[in-house]
Amino acid sequence: MQERLKELQQEALNQIESAQSLKELQDVKVSYLGKKGPITEVLRGMGKLSADERPIIGQMANDVRGAISDKLEEKVAKLEELEVEKRLASESIDVTLPGRPANTGVRHPLTAVVENIEDIFIGMGFGVSEGPEVETDYYNFEALNLPKDHPARDMQDTFYITEELLLRTHTSPVQARTMEKYAGKGPVKIICPGKVFRRDDDDATHSHQFMQVEGLYIDENVRMSDLKGVLLEFAKKFFGPDQKIRLRPSFFPFTEPSVEVDISCVMCKGDGCRICKETGWIEVLGAGMVHPRVLEMGGFDSKKYSGFAFGMGVERLAMLKYGIDDIRHFYLNDKRFLEQFKRA
Amino acid sequence: MLVSFNWLKEYVQLSDISAIELAERLTRSGVAVDIVHPLNKGVKNVVVGHVVKREQHPDADKLSLCQVDVGEEELVQIVCGAKNVAEDQKVAVAKVGAVLPGNFKIKKAKLRGQASHGMICSLQELGVDTKFVPKEVSEGIFVFPQDVEVGIDALQYLNLDDEVLELDLTPNRADCLNMIGVAYEVGAILSREIDVPTPKLQKCDEKAADFIEVRVDAIEDNPIYRAMVIKDVKVGPSPLWLQNRLMAAGIRPISNVVDITNYVLLEYGQPLHAFDYARFGSKEIVVRKATEGEEIVTLDDATRKLAKEHLVITNGKEPVAVAGVMGGAKSEVNDETTTVLLEAAYFKGSTVRKASKDLGLRSDSSVRFEKGIDPNRVALAAERAAQMICELAGGVILEGCVEVNELDAKPLPVDISVSRLNDALGTELTAEVVGNIFKRLQFIYSQNEDIFTVYVPTRRPDITIEADLVEEVARLYGYDHIPTTLPIGLTTAGALTPSQTRRRNVRRYLESVGLNQTITYSLTSSSKAKGFGDTLENVTPIRLAMPMSEDRSTLRTSLIPHVLDVVQYNHNRKIEDIAIYEVGSIFLTEETEITKQPTEKEILAGAFTGTWQSHLWQGEKKKVDFFVAKGVLEGLFDQLGITEKIRYASVKKDSMHPGRTAAILLDGEEIGFVGQIHPTLQKELDLNETYIFQLDLQVVLSSSGQEVFYEGVPKYPAISRDIALVVAQETQAEDVKDVIKSNGGKLLKSVQLFDLYQGEKMEEGHKSLAFSLTYFDPEKTLTDEEVTNVHNKVLEGLKEKLGVTLRA
Ligand SMILES: [Zn+2]
Repeated sequence: MQERLKELQQEALNQIESAQSLKELQDVKVSYLGKKGPITEVLRGMGKLSADERPIIGQMANDVRGAISDKLEEKVAKLEELEVEKRLASESIDVTLPGRPANTGVRHPLTAVVENIEDIFIGMGFGVSEGPEVETDYYNFEALNLPKDHPARDMQDTFYITEELLLRTHTSPVQARTMEKYAGKGPVKIICPGKVFRRDDDDATHSHQFMQVEGLYIDENVRMSDLKGVLLEFAKKFFGPDQKIRLRPSFFPFTEPSVEVDISCVMCKGDGCRICKETGWIEVLGAGMVHPRVLEMGGFDSKKYSGFAFGMGVERLAMLKYGIDDIRHFYLNDKRFLEQFKRA
Repeated sequence: MLVSFNWLKEYVQLSDISAIELAERLTRSGVAVDIVHPLNKGVKNVVVGHVVKREQHPDADKLSLCQVDVGEEELVQIVCGAKNVAEDQKVAVAKVGAVLPGNFKIKKAKLRGQASHGMICSLQELGVDTKFVPKEVSEGIFVFPQDVEVGIDALQYLNLDDEVLELDLTPNRADCLNMIGVAYEVGAILSREIDVPTPKLQKCDEKAADFIEVRVDAIEDNPIYRAMVIKDVKVGPSPLWLQNRLMAAGIRPISNVVDITNYVLLEYGQPLHAFDYARFGSKEIVVRKATEGEEIVTLDDATRKLAKEHLVITNGKEPVAVAGVMGGAKSEVNDETTTVLLEAAYFKGSTVRKASKDLGLRSDSSVRFEKGIDPNRVALAAERAAQMICELAGGVILEGCVEVNELDAKPLPVDISVSRLNDALGTELTAEVVGNIFKRLQFIYSQNEDIFTVYVPTRRPDITIEADLVEEVARLYGYDHIPTTLPIGLTTAGALTPSQTRRRNVRRYLESVGLNQTITYSLTSSSKAKGFGDTLENVTPIRLAMPMSEDRSTLRTSLIPHVLDVVQYNHNRKIEDIAIYEVGSIFLTEETEITKQPTEKEILAGAFTGTWQSHLWQGEKKKVDFFVAKGVLEGLFDQLGITEKIRYASVKKDSMHPGRTAAILLDGEEIGFVGQIHPTLQKELDLNETYIFQLDLQVVLSSSGQEVFYEGVPKYPAISRDIALVVAQETQAEDVKDVIKSNGGKLLKSVQLFDLYQGEKMEEGHKSLAFSLTYFDPEKTLTDEEVTNVHNKVLEGLKEKLGVTLRA
């Protein structure tokens, strides 16, 4: 009987060893360990054995079962592992095939530039003010020290709707309106982004509509040197930490003194190139100390308060920053143009 | 203003500085120089030659064979095609080896068999712009005066070795619209003395007052009028040096008298006018306002109709000049003129500006009057011109000048304290430095400790207040020397306003789901401004008073035509997949004649066409449809937290597909729409199927923005029940959903439509809608029974309100 058990064990182990599938193992399990299996058969014959032999054979039968089921388990695990490997192998894909494109849109490069400017000035404690595109003559001109018949009105050829209504030629009227709101009490620290309009024929460098960001800072003891400092800070954050700026005297009716602000050329870093006409400098914005009359008209005491204002053309900044050569691109909205500014 | 560098040297010592360097200094201190033009356009080796002999070319009718002395041992033979070439002329000769503008090299040549060793040149061939060349020499070669030495550099003699600085003057710096003004500026920048000429007059015994009287009837428009009389004048061409200076300044020489008035205009900035006394028509000058509709024939032989705001010079009977703008043809100086009546006056800028604008005549005179001239130079300029007429046209000046002068022009005292100055600039300048700057400007001042009283000369009318003096000091001290500081005032917290932040969020969202932002023009054509299906009927589009073109004549009342333009633009370039949005203003007024600022509404609009999503190698392609557009908006409303307030209702709108357009309602108010453009319009625009939307962004932004309030993560599971309903074909899903919601009580958490079936298995005129209802109680786990109770109420409600049954 012991012989028989050993044989069975060997047989079973051999079959397990040679089994190729979980199904076969299941069969082995059923046939050797099941209720109708040979081991059970052997045990049924135990009644013929002596009382001494019975526990020995019983023990042995259990050992054989144990050995078989251990081996089975081991083999099942092995086969399962193989099976998984096989499945994974059949599931493998060409990972270099293109993925499903996610829909992503682009903000317009002018918006990218405006938001960049806004964020820089917000970081310096400025707020953002907005105003209407259709303005009154008063806010667009008179409140900015440009009375009717002032020759400087020619500087900004204007789209009039009526004698009193016009398309704003700059976003400065927002400054005038904001000053009124502050009712003579500083500090005022705002920037005003928006669309503006001039009577220009559209070509590569002119557009009858463009965007401006103007800034206004009024407080006690605001100095020209502060204007230099704030604009230098802006230029560095916008164009890069090595930027330099320089001021040149200029004229705007609403500031005195007035300056044009040049930045060191973004292309040649100041060495001179075609973009900067070999000067190493590029004009990017106009600025100045708020004219005392503008302060007074806005309700501020010009003996107590002083301030500076500046204005920049967004298209120009965008063209410099991204190397765009034609201002008309901004308003054609060609998909192939817009989608180049994903990272902007 | 064009400034001849050579001419400028007459007033300031400039031997140690180049024109380019000077231009840079000027630009950096306030008078921008646009460009420095060399008058020599690369010309080399052109000399003055003497035509010793001229014969007809044996084989060519139109050519001459000239033997020319160019100051060398032998004569050179030159074939010349100019009609006016003649023996014994002094001419400009480009020798063999010479270079003419455009790098045109002169070589030995044969013309119709005859050797030609050089070229006899016209002024144009030497690079002078035809429009400045005197008429009498504009066709043919240039002929020098006889006294010119043979062999010398012709360019130098023609002042073509000069350089011209083109000033880009800001409107406040009209003082630099003349050579003396520029000289003052250059003197201040370089700290140099300047030398301004003082006219010296020789006058005869006859009195001008016996020839002419002056009366001004419009003293406010014309506070100073001076008349001088010069007799025995011989009108003829000006000397070459004078012609050269005018040409360098961009003025064409005409005749000595006219050239002199132009020369003095350039030198002093004082416009002058010369009348032919004999043809003036009276012995009396009367300056007055024109009568409405009065006519004058001006110098250019045009008949001009005047208005009552215009100022005219008359002979007591009729106008002889439009003051400060242009003289009349009748009394114009011509070759026969012998007695010149010279006018020097101060006309009010705005009066001249009005006439110049109305008549469409802008002249060197009118520009200067408009920007303001120096009243203290009126007399000086008149005398300077009289002196020159005397010297260069042989005139005799009559004693005295007949004048009206009601303008007391004195230097304007302006105070400035050194401490205020330093406060304004952020500098620490001493009184000495400040005083020195005023000296350089040749401003007279008195000083009382910290306070300067500056007497601003009348040539600088732009300086009237302290801030103007601050600028003078700043620009001459140099902006580079002003320190760079940060403000010392109160620190403020900068931030976007809540609605600005929300607008940015709206943009971010739309981009994140695949829409590109566009920016288009606010102006459009009047037909597009009529708008779209969205435009209200009682809105009149706002038109510009003077549009530049019909395409940009009217303010938009809808963004839709603009986004469709963008779709069309791209479509025409074979770009078929488009998803765009724009945020911008539309302009609405209810006035028929606009008097008040219009309402500017901020609108969000967008368009979709082509493929929405695709994964090509997997063969998937999802085209844009109504639900793509709607889905994008639903996502937006969800993000803004207003989904619950939004309803959609089918609507008919012009230009929109009648069955595929929904009005969008917020709390019952229509705030926009979404839908497919009408196939007819689609065909008209030659587009593919296109979906658009437009929303009143202001309303959307202001109704969103409730605070986020955390409700906790659910502790108990939710239970879902699906129902398939049979409803009438015309029943809208939204209505069914509303009924479900209103019957679901507070346990019904969400209702989602997950299937629509309309096909042969359905009874005629019916469709099936399947919803998934989710029930949830935050307090406990719901039992089946509780859910069934509510669910049955929902079903009863549906049956009762809509006659809806469960699908078998
Ligand atoms: Zn450069």
